[in-house]
Amino acid sequence: TFNLSFRYANNAIKTSKYNIFTFLPLNLFEQFKRLANAYFLFLLILELIPQISSLSWITTGFALIVVLSITGVKDAIDDINRHKCDRQVNNRKVDVLMDGQLKNEKWMNVQVGDIVKLGNNEFEASERNSVQKETNLKVKQALTVTGELGDNIEALAAFNGEVRCEPPNNRLDKFKGTLTVNGERYALDNDKVLLRGCTLRNTEWCFGLVIFGGPDSKLIQNSGKSMFKRTSIDHLTNILVLCIFGFLASMCSILTIGNAIWERNEGSVFTMFLPREPGIDAPLASFLIFWSYVIVLNALIPSSLYVSVEFIRLGNSFFIDWDRKMYYPKNDTPAQARTTTLNEELGQIKYIFSDKTGTLTQNIMTFNKCSINGKAYGEQVDFSWNNLADPKYNFHDHSLVEMVRSGNPETQEFFRLLSLCHTVMPEEKKEGELSYQAQSPDEGALVTAARNFGFVFRSRTPETITVVEMGRQVIYELLAILDFNNMRKRMSVIVRSPEGKLTLYCKGADTVIFERLHPSCNKLMEVTTDHLNEYAGDGLRTLVLAYKDLNENYMIDWKQRHHEASVAMEGREEKLDELYEEIEKDMMLLGATAVEDKLQDGVPQTIEQLAKADIKIWVLTGDKQETAENIGYSCNMLREEMKDVFVVSANTAEGVKEDPHPQGARPPLWEPLHYGVLTDDLTPIPSSLHHQAFALEKNLRLELLRTACMCQTVICCRVTPLQKAQVVQLVKKYKQAVTLAIGDGANDVSMIKAAHIGVGISGQEGMQAVLSSDYSFAQFRYLQRLLLVHGRWSYIRMCKFLGYFFYKNFTFTLVQFWYAFFCGFSAQTVYDEWFITFYNMVYTALPVLGMCLFDQDVNDRWSLQHPELYAPGQKNQYFNKKAFVSYLIHGCYCSLIIFFIPWASMNDAVRNDGKDIVSHPSFAFLLQTCLLAVVHTQLCVDTYYWTAVNHFFVLLSTIGYFAISVTMYSNGMFYVFTSSFPLIGAARNTLNQPIVWLTIFLTFLLCILPVVAIRFIFIQLRPTINDKVRYKMRTEELPGPAPRHLLRRRSTRSGYAFSHSQGYGDLVTSRKFLMKRSTKRAPLFTQTDSSIFQNQPQHYRTIAEEAEESQSHKL
Amino acid sequence: MFRVSVLQTTDVIPSKEKSRCGRVGGVSRSEKMVKQESESANRPDNTAFTQQRLPAWQPILSAGIVIPGFVLIGLAFIGIGVALLVTSRSIQVLELDYTGDGNGSPCSSCSQSTTVNCKCSLNFTLDTLFQGPVFFYYGLSNYFQNYRRYGASKDDNQLYGDLSYFTSPSSSCSPYDYDGSKNPIVPCGSIANSMFNDTFTLTRTVSGKTDSVPLDGKGIAWWTDYNVKYRNPSVTPLKNAFNGTVKPIDWAKPAYELDTSDASNNGFVNQDFLVWMRRAALPNFRKLYRRIDASGDYQNGLPAGNYTIDITYNYPVRVFNGAKKVVFSNVSWMGGKNEFLGIAYLVIGSLCVVMSVVMLIVYAKFKFPDEE
Repeated sequence: TFNLSFRYANNAIKTSKYNIFTFLPLNLFEQFKRLANAYFLFLLILELIPQISSLSWITTGFALIVVLSITGVKDAIDDINRHKCDRQVNNRKVDVLMDGQLKNEKWMNVQVGDIVKLGNNEFEASERNSVQKETNLKVKQALTVTGELGDNIEALAAFNGEVRCEPPNNRLDKFKGTLTVNGERYALDNDKVLLRGCTLRNTEWCFGLVIFGGPDSKLIQNSGKSMFKRTSIDHLTNILVLCIFGFLASMCSILTIGNAIWERNEGSVFTMFLPREPGIDAPLASFLIFWSYVIVLNALIPSSLYVSVEFIRLGNSFFIDWDRKMYYPKNDTPAQARTTTLNEELGQIKYIFSDKTGTLTQNIMTFNKCSINGKAYGEQVDFSWNNLADPKYNFHDHSLVEMVRSGNPETQEFFRLLSLCHTVMPEEKKEGELSYQAQSPDEGALVTAARNFGFVFRSRTPETITVVEMGRQVIYELLAILDFNNMRKRMSVIVRSPEGKLTLYCKGADTVIFERLHPSCNKLMEVTTDHLNEYAGDGLRTLVLAYKDLNENYMIDWKQRHHEASVAMEGREEKLDELYEEIEKDMMLLGATAVEDKLQDGVPQTIEQLAKADIKIWVLTGDKQETAENIGYSCNMLREEMKDVFVVSANTAEGVKEDPHPQGARPPLWEPLHYGVLTDDLTPIPSSLHHQAFALEKNLRLELLRTACMCQTVICCRVTPLQKAQVVQLVKKYKQAVTLAIGDGANDVSMIKAAHIGVGISGQEGMQAVLSSDYSFAQFRYLQRLLLVHGRWSYIRMCKFLGYFFYKNFTFTLVQFWYAFFCGFSAQTVYDEWFITFYNMVYTALPVLGMCLFDQDVNDRWSLQHPELYAPGQKNQYFNKKAFVSYLIHGCYCSLIIFFIPWASMNDAVRNDGKDIVSHPSFAFLLQTCLLAVVHTQLCVDTYYWTAVNHFFVLLSTIGYFAISVTMYSNGMFYVFTSSFPLIGAARNTLNQPIVWLTIFLTFLLCILPVVAIRFIFIQLRPTINDKVRYKMRTEELPGPAPRHLLRRRSTRSGYAFSHSQGYGDLVTSRKFLMKRSTKRAPLFTQTDSSIFQNQPQHYRTIAEEAEESQSHKL
Repeated sequence: MFRVSVLQTTDVIPSKEKSRCGRVGGVSRSEKMVKQESESANRPDNTAFTQQRLPAWQPILSAGIVIPGFVLIGLAFIGIGVALLVTSRSIQVLELDYTGDGNGSPCSSCSQSTTVNCKCSLNFTLDTLFQGPVFFYYGLSNYFQNYRRYGASKDDNQLYGDLSYFTSPSSSCSPYDYDGSKNPIVPCGSIANSMFNDTFTLTRTVSGKTDSVPLDGKGIAWWTDYNVKYRNPSVTPLKNAFNGTVKPIDWAKPAYELDTSDASNNGFVNQDFLVWMRRAALPNFRKLYRRIDASGDYQNGLPAGNYTIDITYNYPVRVFNGAKKVVFSNVSWMGGKNEFLGIAYLVIGSLCVVMSVVMLIVYAKFKFPDEE
């Protein structure tokens, strides 16, 4: 009841926007906020004014109703789904402690301040202070004081405390608060709260106190604020629509002036047949004509454009979702287009920013090498690459095993550290069956290594860690965990051994640890540094381990200060950082570990393909420079022939500025720069919040960009998540190029959000990247399919659609413009009103949709075979202002033909029974038929890929037109709706005349033949890459998949072992080498694009498979 | 095009796939299949549609199609053009302007006076037989029947014979919906009000004797107009239906007196009225006035001789710089005389042939793609 007085948000959530009563008004309001819809409403109002109305309101009303109802239905379905979701969520059951006993309650009835019980694998209903145990990947621990309560219901019911905490916010990684129990204050941080949306693991149950409910919870606070990305084509279209508005206004002005002149010269003397309307003099009449023409020419503003664009994008998104070649069977993950509005942008990517770990690499870590006390181990490791599929690597250096078993103290301390200093959670369901849940795969690998070497991390409680050391169980008292974060780049634990010895164990990045070592370690540090360089050179991820013995008194004091700092409400983190800094110094170096992160399948090929498509790939990684550089070599980004490797590396702003200057001094050499490794190697200053790479500082940004853009390959190392986003924004802002960021981890989220298109790899590191991404799939290599196939197709389709759409509306509208000169500028429509109504919505809707959903200039395999097909998209060649003007001119030409050929042939024409034919309805019908014949044939010329659906749509529309026309002009319709269908008989009295058919035939051939001729001549004179490939596709069989995997790691050392001097880059890129191999025998590995291949780890081809394999090349 | 037919190893294809593609060898792996069924629940369907490999026809603009295509189209056009031109040349047309602009012209006096039913006559001579059937048209130029407000100024319901619209005509007829004393006008609107009211009679002078040429005014309007679109109210006598209404302001007699001799040609279904109400699409137009009745001397058309058209001149066109004419014409299968279509077909056909030669030269010279 106390809590009720504050009116905390209750736990019912509402993500839906409407209910039954508010749906119509709210949804309509939302829709009319769109400019296009508002414009149509405006038109509708104009049409209701009789003096202006040149068209019946039905025309616009119909279009508007169709558009509104399509969008409305979509919104309604979305909202119904949200309602269902809400209801499902709100009605979940949870046990709530009430009046001393547990009661089963619905989620929505949970109140702030309630104590709830959760079972294993149950969802979190609301955010709460965890009272018991811990959860899944993130370790959550209850305060000792509440943990002691256990599952004692009575004790819990009697529990009385007060929580003070920060107001609701959306930061998932931060929480500040205190719990006051019996006058004692306890700190509550992120480790103590469970967030809504989590799942409980590793524990049977937990009790918790509800802190935030429903809308206040962090999950809800985070959702809904999605960034709205728009494509460059969207922007262009908006600009073009504005241009069209201008164009429309000028046309209407011309016609208004025409009308004024006509009224003066002709209209004034024609009044005996057509008196002016009372109260309207000539100038006012002309002014009204302006608006009448706005109505008549409204088709210039494409009404159904936005709806159709959305529809096409949706279709193309579905094709991405459905693509089996982007489905990863190992973890059953299909590709997912999470945003359905960005498809065509995928065909225009110029820069790719890629994370390394988990994106280029598998993020499956194996403990590979180590250096203990200046001695390197792991050299003779026998890694048979057949074992790739086996996730449990064994470390095969016997000497190390012997060292451990012989009781070497440093070696034992080394592994003890590995078994103690981490945040891994053990899970031991059965005796001996131990499994670890680690926050990062690195940690898991290290702890597993220690376990194999006889230091088995067995279990942990908030205050103890149980380790089985060489068969002997030892329980360490855990005094503090100084956890890892991006700034600290290290973590430590402070433990007390059973003997009472206090030790701080620390592991972290080399630079960070080396700064904090005791001076006596200098010599060892040098040796270790050598080893580290060697490891990094092999592309391994390194960590340095150190320890420090602590003094009991100092520890008590520190512990006290630590407690104070951790309950501080303000500046808690800064205070803690200071404390950590204080204790983590003068440490003794133990050694270093090297963990291997294997490259994903097909990464080198993908990068090579993307490079061929002229996409620049920048790798942004937090790794060391050497590691990054070697990754670059092993994944084909850097090749042997790239000589001018240069490294920008400096510690100060001045230094960064100085560094690239050698090139500046010899300007001619800018050109041959092939690649640069950019590293912003900084010493992070923990206290500085504005920790920023100097190179990203304002005055150096352009310099950086200029240098980087001249390179073929750019690798940025040691960048923080924030810097990743900054780099992306830099390129986005100054290069005006379309960027794509791809990553898998939480540290890539900012970059993914910053780029035009964010791609998430749904892999090992959780879902954060995927959740903030626009597209997601499981393997980096699918990127080439996403871009080179789907992106390219989407782009081509969208461009074709826009081009055709503008063309068809220009043609349609300009015919009216020409007619104005023959009807006294009176805003008389040349077409039947029903035709205007149906033109966009019915007659021409389906064929263009068919084309834009199915068209492909060349199929997927040829697209991949010729990555250079991608280039036109990057240069935005298919739809730009120039193309738009050409569509305008084309439309103009066609409208001239469509109007003036029938005009000339119908002048003074009569039917073959002598009766009149040039009546308005029949002339209108003739022009309509010509127009549809022309635009449909134009579509046929534009369509490259004629599926049955396309045939059907074109036929259906053509037949439909005649069927609808004949029906509308039939007697029956006139009998029923006399005044709505006054054009009775136009169809049958026109279509039975040969002269009409001859005119139609002439008109449409005059419109189409020049297009065909010009295209043909252009193909001969200046074939585009598409023409070439299409021609080639006709004449040649698709060559078998190129033998690509010759780069297979034969080295027994490491996947990254292609060092600078002894790589195979030259061999790979020289065609001779590849061809010679392939003629001798089938390649060892075919491309892994086939879905079947994906299921398998690469393994050597057996003889039995050879026959089948050779088949595959004939495809 | 693209098929997955590399079926390498045994245990990777889930049963879902098997049932669909049916090409998987029968290796026993039922256990694994069951397992993988659930594991690959998200695997997209393998259909030609979802995988975007629907069978398709992919035409390209190759020389083998385009160049012969142009030649064929060109030749066909030339053929059609010749046929059209020949047909069109065989059609006889006689146009006589009677606006009365010049002082010497026959109707100049009528055109300047405002006399009702002013008479004037036009003479013309035929040297040879004017092949029948011959159609007699009147033509107006610079007359904007296609003006929007003009075109809208009628009431379809009224013209359909709906009596309720007799008393309250549609407002679209304004200002010809009510007369000065608020009586409804029937038929209302500008189109009806401005009905063409010149009349013609044609006489032939054969050896000093004048012989009136029989003119047939039946069936000159569209069948649909006469039978469907326009209808007299079912009131007999027709006059009663018009009680309480007034005739259009510029009309000499009310609608029910348009043709008192023939009930089926009276009122709204009067053929002349129907022809006028079918408004022209362009400002210069002609409308069918009469057919030359193919009987007696006129069995085969108008025989050679001297003819006189007696005109009752009422319709003012000079105020708006218009012109009036009478036209005699016969028709062919393609309708009236139409030089344009024939010439256009000939020109376009020739251009196609020329174009095909140009393309052939371009193709022979540059011949894509010879170099990569």
